[in-house]
Formats: sequence, structure tokens, C-alpha cells
Amino acid sequence: MNDPTPASPKTSCGSGCSCASAPNDEGNSTRRSVIKGLGATLGVAAYAKALAPLTELTKETSMDEFLQKHYKELSKEEIATVIARLTRETKEKYGADVTISDPKPQEGVKFGYALNLSICNGCRKCAEACHLENNHDRASHQSYIRVFEMSKGSMDFEKGNVHYDHPVPQPDKYYMPVQCQQCEHPPCVDVCPVEATWKENDGIVVVDYNWCIGCRYCEAACPYHARRFNWQKPQIPAAEVNPDQGYLSNRIRPQGVMEKCTFCLHRTRNGRLPACLEACPTGARVFGDLNDPNSEVRYVLENKRVFVLKEELGLKPQFFYFFDE
Amino acid sequence: MSLLLKKHPALAWIALVVFASLCSLAVVWAQKNHAPAPAAPVAPNEPKPKPHPVTIKPGPATPRLDTGLKDPTGQPITAACSTCHSTTTPNVARNSAHDLFQAHRGLDYAHGSLTCLSCHNAKDYDTLHLADGRGVAFPDVMTLCAQCHGTAMRDYLHGSHGGMNGHWNLAQGPRVRNNCVNCHDPHHPKFPLVRPVLPPRDRISVPTGH
Repeated sequence: MNDPTPASPKTSCGSGCSCASAPNDEGNSTRRSVIKGLGATLGVAAYAKALAPLTELTKETSMDEFLQKHYKELSKEEIATVIARLTRETKEKYGADVTISDPKPQEGVKFGYALNLSICNGCRKCAEACHLENNHDRASHQSYIRVFEMSKGSMDFEKGNVHYDHPVPQPDKYYMPVQCQQCEHPPCVDVCPVEATWKENDGIVVVDYNWCIGCRYCEAACPYHARRFNWQKPQIPAAEVNPDQGYLSNRIRPQGVMEKCTFCLHRTRNGRLPACLEACPTGARVFGDLNDPNSEVRYVLENKRVFVLKEELGLKPQFFYFFDE
Repeated sequence: MSLLLKKHPALAWIALVVFASLCSLAVVWAQKNHAPAPAAPVAPNEPKPKPHPVTIKPGPATPRLDTGLKDPTGQPITAACSTCHSTTTPNVARNSAHDLFQAHRGLDYAHGSLTCLSCHNAKDYDTLHLADGRGVAFPDVMTLCAQCHGTAMRDYLHGSHGGMNGHWNLAQGPRVRNNCVNCHDPHHPKFPLVRPVLPPRDRISVPTGH
């Protein structure tokens, strides 16, 4: 390193003796080859690591799935084939016999949801019902509903606490469950680069889980924190898998895709009430058809003090909150 | 303008053609928009299927007191309320069970300023009574509750109070609704504190308010 004549590296010791030259050359080549070898090894390792998802792909993804068209482009026969494949795969991966349907929006129906903040007691039974109904990953307690514990007087759910774990309701608090607001102008749909999510005629924003690329733009765009990402393949014991599934709703999602509340469309498009409403022990939830002037939800909109979350954003949520007094 | 047209008469023709095509487009558009309109009012004229029923769960059966004894078949022996109350003198002022030493011990009672006999019928202890003195059977308790809780009953009748199960669309299936006393303990109507279930374990945390 401190060689006085670095310009002529061959005569390394400077005195002209033959002692240093040969071994030094040898040392250089050894170091080079070691570095080369190291570099090559690192390169191969990085390459292998980079290609690892491809091996996962072949393991987890069939060619049919890889080549599947967008939901809206599937013909009736093609969707039947896809559903048959998904049913088979659920049996293989989860050991559960399920029925996957593809219910369409009802003519002239537009779903609306209202929630009575005067009665909600924050018990999180709705979140639990969602967890079970929608085949969420068991370990992560995933659910489309977050219940915020709010200080009385505050309306900003960003300041609410979702991690409360004490008997409820506390006297100085109220409880605000937040799920997908099924916006009239959904920003999550606007930002999707592949049109894997869209708003259906009955107002429900859906995701084609087989078209989603998992970029999570929609999660970032949603001001209600309503979208969830499947970080892992959902783990559900076979006995706990809800067999009544919808292609656009509660079928078990693959790893790496977004998911969201669909107002339980596999139930509600067949006339049934959403799971979270049926589970509510206080009766705080009101669900129905906004286009029907005699519906329960219309009664709430016309007779109660109703508000929507983050109204100033102009997204026109179809989920309403109200107070009794 | 007129000078320009005189100079180039072809311009007038072009303008005419453009105007004509715009008119025809407008007609086509109007037809397109108006075509579905007559179809809409037809639908309500179709015979509507009879809606499925809304069932309200019945109130509690007429209560009976467990005597603590068993009959020869092992069934508990119970007594009608009137069995004991036919021999006691009604106390209209009683509004608590804390000093009772026979039946009703330990009854947690907190229902405003009501007394026992505000609801229980001193003339027939196997029934309840309305404010005007008429008797009401236990399963029909909602009539009794509605006397004071008018706003709750109004909302209940409009489907915006009280839990339910089944169908939002009665054309597709029935609905079962809770009775007042399915959720509210009539002796202690305020909901008790409960321990919340399923604490969230989000990988990406949302504001916690701390």
C-alpha cells in the first residue's frame, strides 16, 4: 500500500530483487479471484432470491389462473370454469367443501347502511362476525370493521383508539365502527392502475382478487382505512371456513391482493342482511335499499340527525351515522 | 359574415351540412334517452309476490318460581306467582328487592322511579298491567314498554331500533326481530358493561389516539 513507486507495480519492492515480485503477483491474483468468486456467489444468490417468487408462482398459481381474464370480460361459461377451479383449489389448500356463487346486483337496488352511534357500545361483535363470515385470516384477527373508541365531543375518528381492551362502554367515550363507506366517488377505484376494483350498480365497490396486482395504491387512497392487504396466505381451519362464498366477496383471497368490505354481497344480493348487522347485540345497525322510499334506512335518513365521515372530501359515502337524541 | 358567405358560398353549404348532422345526432340522442323511460313504470304494475312475514320473538312465558323441590320424576316443582301473592298484601310503594328475605332476593333492580306494581299486576300476579289498569300477558310485554318508551317504539316500528335476523328484502325471505326484553332486562334495562371481543392485530397500524 505504501509502495513508493506505485506506477510500476511489477517491481514491487523497488530494490530490483526477485523476492517480492512473483509472490506479490500471486497474492494479487488470489485476492482478485476471491473477490470475483465472492461477487459471483453474491450475484447468483441475489438472482436466485429475485426469481424465488416465480417458483412460488408455479407452486401456488396454476396456468389457468395466470391466464385468467378480467372479471368483466369473462363469459358465463368462463366464470363457471373459474369458479369450478377455485372450488377445487379451496378443497386442495384448505380441505373445505365450499360453494362459490357470483350473484349480480338486483335491478333498481342501491344499498345503504346507517349506524346509530347513540346505541353502539363498542363490543366489536360486528368485527368478529365479519371475521368469521368473510373467511379472514385467523391469526391476524383480520376484519373489514374497525371500531374506534372516541372521546365525547370529538368527531374525528383519526383521533380514535382501536386497541381499547377494557369493559365497554366507558362513560366518557362513544364508539364508532368504520368499514368501507361504498363511496359514490370512490378514490380507491380511481387510483387502481389495472382496474381490478370498480363500483357496481347497487353501489358496492368490489375487487377482482384474481386481477389485483397488490400495489396497495387503493389502500393509500382510501381516507377511511377500509382496505386490507393479504400479507400472507390466509390461514383458516377447514371446519371454520364459511362455505357460502361469493366470487367478488368472501371467497378465500390469495396472498398479495387487496380486499375490502362488500356489504356481504353474497348475502345482501340474495335479500339477506349483512353479517355485521345480524351480530350486533344492540341493534345499532340499519341496512336497506336507498331507492325504496319505505325502507328502514330511508326512514333513518329522513328522520334522524345523520352525518357522513369526512364529508368535506366530497366522496359521498353510502354509509351514514346518526344519533338518537 | 354575409360578406364572407358571398365570397365563399361553399361555406354556407358546409355550415348547413354540419347543422343538419348535429340535429340528427340530437334526435338520436333524445330517442336513446327516452327509449328506456316507458319501460320503468311497467315494472311496478307487475303482480308483486306476497312479502315474507316479519316475526317478532315472543316475550317471556309467564314466569314461575322454582321452589327448590323435585317431583318423583326429578322435575323441579315450580309455583305460579299467584300462589304466594294470593296470601300477601300488595305494597304499592315497594321499589327494591334488597330487604326481601323470601322470594326475589338478590334481584338487581334499576328502572327509573318505577315501583314493582308499576308493571306487575296486583289483581293477578300472573300478568302485567298497563297504565290504565288493563292486564297484559307476559309474552305481550312490548305493549307495556311502549307506554313510556314511545320514541324507541316509533323507531322500532320503522326498523331502526332493535336487532334483527333474516332478510332486508321481504320479497326474498322472512325476518325475525327481537322483542324489547330480548336485549333489555326489564328490571335493569340499561345495558351492562361488556368485554370487547377480537382486538385488532393490524400489521399496519392506524392512529391509536395515544
